[in-house]
Amino acid sequence: MSYHARNARRYQADRHALLPHSPTVFAIKRNFFARPGRCAPFAANGLLALVTAATAIPVGVAGAVYLEEYAPKNWMTDIIEINVTNLAGVPSIVYGLLALGLFVYKFGFGQSILSAGLTLALLILPVVIVATREAIRSIPGVIREGAYALGATKWQTTADHILPYSVPGILTGVIIGLARAIGETAPIITIGALTFIAFLPPAPFTGEPPAGLFDWLFAPFTVMPIQMFNWTSRPEAAFHQNAAAAGLVLVVMTLSMNALAIYIRYRLRKNIKW
Amino acid sequence: MSKIIDGPVAHSKLVLKAESRGLNFYYGAFQALKGINMPIYDKKVTALIGPSGCGKSTYLRCFNRMHDLYPGNRYEGEIRLHPDNTNLLNPHVDPIEVRMRISMVFQKPNPFPKSIYENVAYGLRVRGVRGVATLDEKVEQALRGAALWDEVKDRLNDLAFNLSGGQQQRMCIARALATEPEILLFDEPTSALDPIATASIEELIADLKHKVTILIVTHNMQQAARVSDFTAYMYLGEMIEFDATDTIFIKPKNKATEDYITGRFG
Repeated sequence: MSYHARNARRYQADRHALLPHSPTVFAIKRNFFARPGRCAPFAANGLLALVTAATAIPVGVAGAVYLEEYAPKNWMTDIIEINVTNLAGVPSIVYGLLALGLFVYKFGFGQSILSAGLTLALLILPVVIVATREAIRSIPGVIREGAYALGATKWQTTADHILPYSVPGILTGVIIGLARAIGETAPIITIGALTFIAFLPPAPFTGEPPAGLFDWLFAPFTVMPIQMFNWTSRPEAAFHQNAAAAGLVLVVMTLSMNALAIYIRYRLRKNIKW
Repeated sequence: MSKIIDGPVAHSKLVLKAESRGLNFYYGAFQALKGINMPIYDKKVTALIGPSGCGKSTYLRCFNRMHDLYPGNRYEGEIRLHPDNTNLLNPHVDPIEVRMRISMVFQKPNPFPKSIYENVAYGLRVRGVRGVATLDEKVEQALRGAALWDEVKDRLNDLAFNLSGGQQQRMCIARALATEPEILLFDEPTSALDPIATASIEELIADLKHKVTILIVTHNMQQAARVSDFTAYMYLGEMIEFDATDTIFIKPKNKATEDYITGRFG
């Protein structure tokens, strides 16, 4: 049985189980993840964050290192710099439209986790770049000069000093970016995330190799904010409670990611005094 | 060169280690150094003195091509490094090669946020030294050379930030020494230190000159008088007078030098 057919059958089977019975938000929360309808967006959020981080971190950090350390200081660099800063303020729906044209149709990734992950990666890229550049700039000139004076090459200085000492700043930027990304709704809807889904996307890297390994990237999905939107637009009051519970989960996720960012920053900065 | 030196050091045999000839240096359009001619003698301490902004640090940083790190800087003239007579400022000479032979200690201690051991070993690591035994030995040697070994031998893996300011500066000297440079450049190495740490650094410099040629920039004229064999007085990007330290401080030939030394100016 194909993946989609299997899910369609499971969807039928689970339909009736989806109606919540518990009367309060907290009672619902207790078995909130017990049913696939609630687990699916949560899992998809995790997979999305994975794709987003795996794309945005290398590209963002590399871009920032290039701009700070390698790029010649001229009007071109200035224009790129201004644009990157401005991109952070572009409404997310615009990214959604771009992704719909580029990833979904042009590249043919479809309405999949891959498309959505790349979209969110684009969305948080400016945040990662700006945070990385700030971190690199906060390294005092004498540290850089100290490395060069010992005979280090540009790459050795970057790899042995600039990057390691910027890790706290980079991680903070990445986590805050990801916290923003998991709550994004508009661009995900634009690229066509399903608004109701009852099944989990396949676990990453578990399919049949070699092609099956990346099944999860192309699986249809929905995310928590869309699931909440779906629940609130239904007439039954119990669904509204579900939406509230999902909102609570989302807020807790965002808060704990920000807390993690603060903690990591504090822990790693302890060893660096300048 | 022997003509301009009448002091007592002139009697011992002097070997030329480096020499700047007609050195001009520009920060963009601003000319910071004007036609500097000066010898640096092997295994001697040469001090550069002069009021702030006179170009002494700029001159020092020409020796390890630090100015190459920033755009818009330009050299003219040459600095010859002996015995191989290489022009350090030749654009075809790789600045990395220059820095492999000439180390530098900065004004403020600038330890990397790594362990003491990793700090001292870094210069060796960029030169491709990998063997643990070799590294251990060289690190110990360098720390002994900087009179720091006894104080840190039990905590080589501690963060370098945990050392006191004076110890940090001696660790930076050890870091510069570990790669066995031919010339060691000091850019006001004691200006951020208290008198006791300053005394220990000066003592160290007096020790080190038996092994390595030293060029030191200092704001402190007493320091120049204490540690150096030769002194150059610079003013507004020009070399006003270069001579044996005793001569400079006792009977300078130039009126401007005398005014500066005696505190009438600067």
